[in-house]
Amino acid sequence: MFESLSERLESAFKQIKGEGRITELNIAATVKDIRRALIDADVNFKIAKEFTDTVKEKALGQKVLTAVSPGQLMVKVVKDELASLMGGVESELNAKGSPAIILVAGLQGSGKTTFSGKLANYLKGRKGLSPLLVADDIYRPAAIEQLKVLGSQIGVDVYSEPENKDAVEIARNAIKEARSKNKNVVIIDTAGRLAIDEAMMKEVAAIKGAVNPGEILFVVDSMTGQDAVNTAKAFNDRLDFTGVVLTKLDGDTRGGAALSIKYTVNKPIKFISSGEKMDTLDVFYPDRMAQRILGMGDITTLVEKA
Amino acid sequence: QKTKEGFLTRLTKAVAGKSTVDEEVLDNLEDALVSADVGIDTTVQIIKQIEKRVAKDKYINTSELNNLLQQEIENILVDAPEQSYRDFSTPSGNKPYVILVVGVNGVGKTTTIGKLAYNFKKAGKSVLLGAADTFRAAAVDQLTIWSERVGVPIVKQGMGADPGAVAFDTVQSGVARGADVVIIDTAGRLHNKAYLMEELSKISRVIKKVMPDAPHEVLLVLDGSTGQNAVEQARQFTAATDVTALAITKLDGTAKGGVVLAIANQFKIPVKFIGVGEKMEDLLVFDKHEFVDSLFNLEGPETK
Ligand SMILES: Nc1nc2c(ncn2[C@@H]2O[C@H](COP(=O)(O)OP(=O)(O)OP(=O)(O)O)[C@@H](O)[C@H]2O)c(=O)[nH]1
Ligand SMILES: Nc1nc2c(ncn2[C@@H]2O[C@H](COP(=O)(O)OP(=O)(O)OP(=O)(O)O)[C@@H](O)[C@H]2O)c(=O)[nH]1
Ligand SMILES: [Mg+2]
Ligand SMILES: [Mg+2]
Repeated sequence: MFESLSERLESAFKQIKGEGRITELNIAATVKDIRRALIDADVNFKIAKEFTDTVKEKALGQKVLTAVSPGQLMVKVVKDELASLMGGVESELNAKGSPAIILVAGLQGSGKTTFSGKLANYLKGRKGLSPLLVADDIYRPAAIEQLKVLGSQIGVDVYSEPENKDAVEIARNAIKEARSKNKNVVIIDTAGRLAIDEAMMKEVAAIKGAVNPGEILFVVDSMTGQDAVNTAKAFNDRLDFTGVVLTKLDGDTRGGAALSIKYTVNKPIKFISSGEKMDTLDVFYPDRMAQRILGMGDITTLVEKA
Repeated sequence: QKTKEGFLTRLTKAVAGKSTVDEEVLDNLEDALVSADVGIDTTVQIIKQIEKRVAKDKYINTSELNNLLQQEIENILVDAPEQSYRDFSTPSGNKPYVILVVGVNGVGKTTTIGKLAYNFKKAGKSVLLGAADTFRAAAVDQLTIWSERVGVPIVKQGMGADPGAVAFDTVQSGVARGADVVIIDTAGRLHNKAYLMEELSKISRVIKKVMPDAPHEVLLVLDGSTGQNAVEQARQFTAATDVTALAITKLDGTAKGGVVLAIANQFKIPVKFIGVGEKMEDLLVFDKHEFVDSLFNLEGPETK
């Protein structure tokens, strides 16, 4: 099923080899193959189209030298283009403010609560901050308990109000609590919600309005398919989030959703989450992600062979 | 009745004034399938079938295309056995009827179990839950809340307990109580982690020590918004536990869950349930026709 991109391209390249230049005609099949490989990696189909059009533009007319195979040439163009798309300015987490406030939001089951725990652990251990976790999911069964278990694992306090059914008020109260306890960063874990759930989207926007977070992180499952663009756009329209967190990258997904999201909302991917344990949080490397989407392991081999 | 511009409406517009299904129509069709997460291979297969028919019959209008498409896709989807869950009666001869629920992290296993328990109970069955996710923070608490919500008993041990032992206890207790249905929750696990998949095989083997023909159903839960990786999930979970049925969750969102077409195409596993919300009532018994219809309904932010 998951025929690698390189396998697909190899045959196409054979056809171009020996021709003097890359032309509209001799590149057509290759472009189609790249597009399909991207869709197989879960890049949104429209974005895959635009991407391959750009790649084609850049490749057209280039001379195919004998020293450099057309394969290598195309690989370079594709790789450079993808890396530049995924990258952009490295952006640090905004931990300013007293306390600094970080709001965590996303779809159901994407990994928000786990990430909140990991982030608290990271800020405590590596940045020497004193975090407060806020259990602001008033819906999911045992959501508060879950965050408390994680908090106790990493030695971070968790603020919760089990009887309160007003998530906005809980967030507000949590900030007061943080001030009185000299916590310098507050991480607010919210309930999972669908982008089309109007009441729930209003709620999270209201939480944002009430506490004015310096950082709003959109947490997304790296296995997400074509719908990633819709969801990212809807959350961004509502929250104007400041960064993206990709989760479950310890799996074998190609993670094309990362490209779709970056392309659609152009917000930096700030963290990657790759495990269930509290120390499996990493900063994002655009180059590695680009390689993963393309199945670069394979492509490198191809370049060596070419 | 919601107003949505169906794919076929768009298709009709696209072919207006044309006498046959042409390249452009097929391109549109490809886009629609791919955007529903059907995947390239299965999409190409469906298009080829349509092309064949178009070549043979020469003239095909859009309503014929509609039927053809519906048929082609329904042919790919696997039929569930006749007695399957239409009224949540359990097949006779298996008492208790043991359902093992598996899947990657966060897809909706525990919630689906709550919903299943609710439906079985409503159908007059006695249900017992087993909390064999002893790993994820507060997983036992979560299932306990569901058992209270629905009003069914639960077998549990502490966090960190051996999941095989919990599964064993649950089935044994189900037999002793004369329960009709036993549903066992397991921890979410990514399919590429060999040791976790082996743990699942072990749970299944341990259950057989109590009831040799159990589990009677191994339900793989898939998140409807997952893309092509779901195919790998199906492959690995099937290898570890002989998956007999699929549930697709979160189809109340804008994702279409089309990847189950690719899965049905390769592994011949029937989809039996659809999750459409977070409440216990939000479970539907899978209906091919409705599902195929919904694949082409373009709702959501893009069309609003
Ligand atoms: N393997 C793996 N599992 C993860 C990762 N992040 C989260 N999980 C698991 O995914 C499941 C869901 O994670 P949660 O943190 O509960 O997700 P959530 O977004 O808070 O879920 P809701 O609050 O229900 O919307 C749990 O089983 C987590 O252990 C990750 O990076 N890798
Ligand atoms: N909108 C919607 N949300 C759902 C559906 N099914 C489950 N959820 C939500 O998805 C999140 C994860 O559900 P769980 O049942 O905890 O998932 P799980 O597979 O048991 O997760 P782990 O045990 O951590 O692997 C929760 O917030 C559920 O409320 C559904 O059909 N629709
Ligand atoms: Mg949560
Ligand atoms: Mg669970």
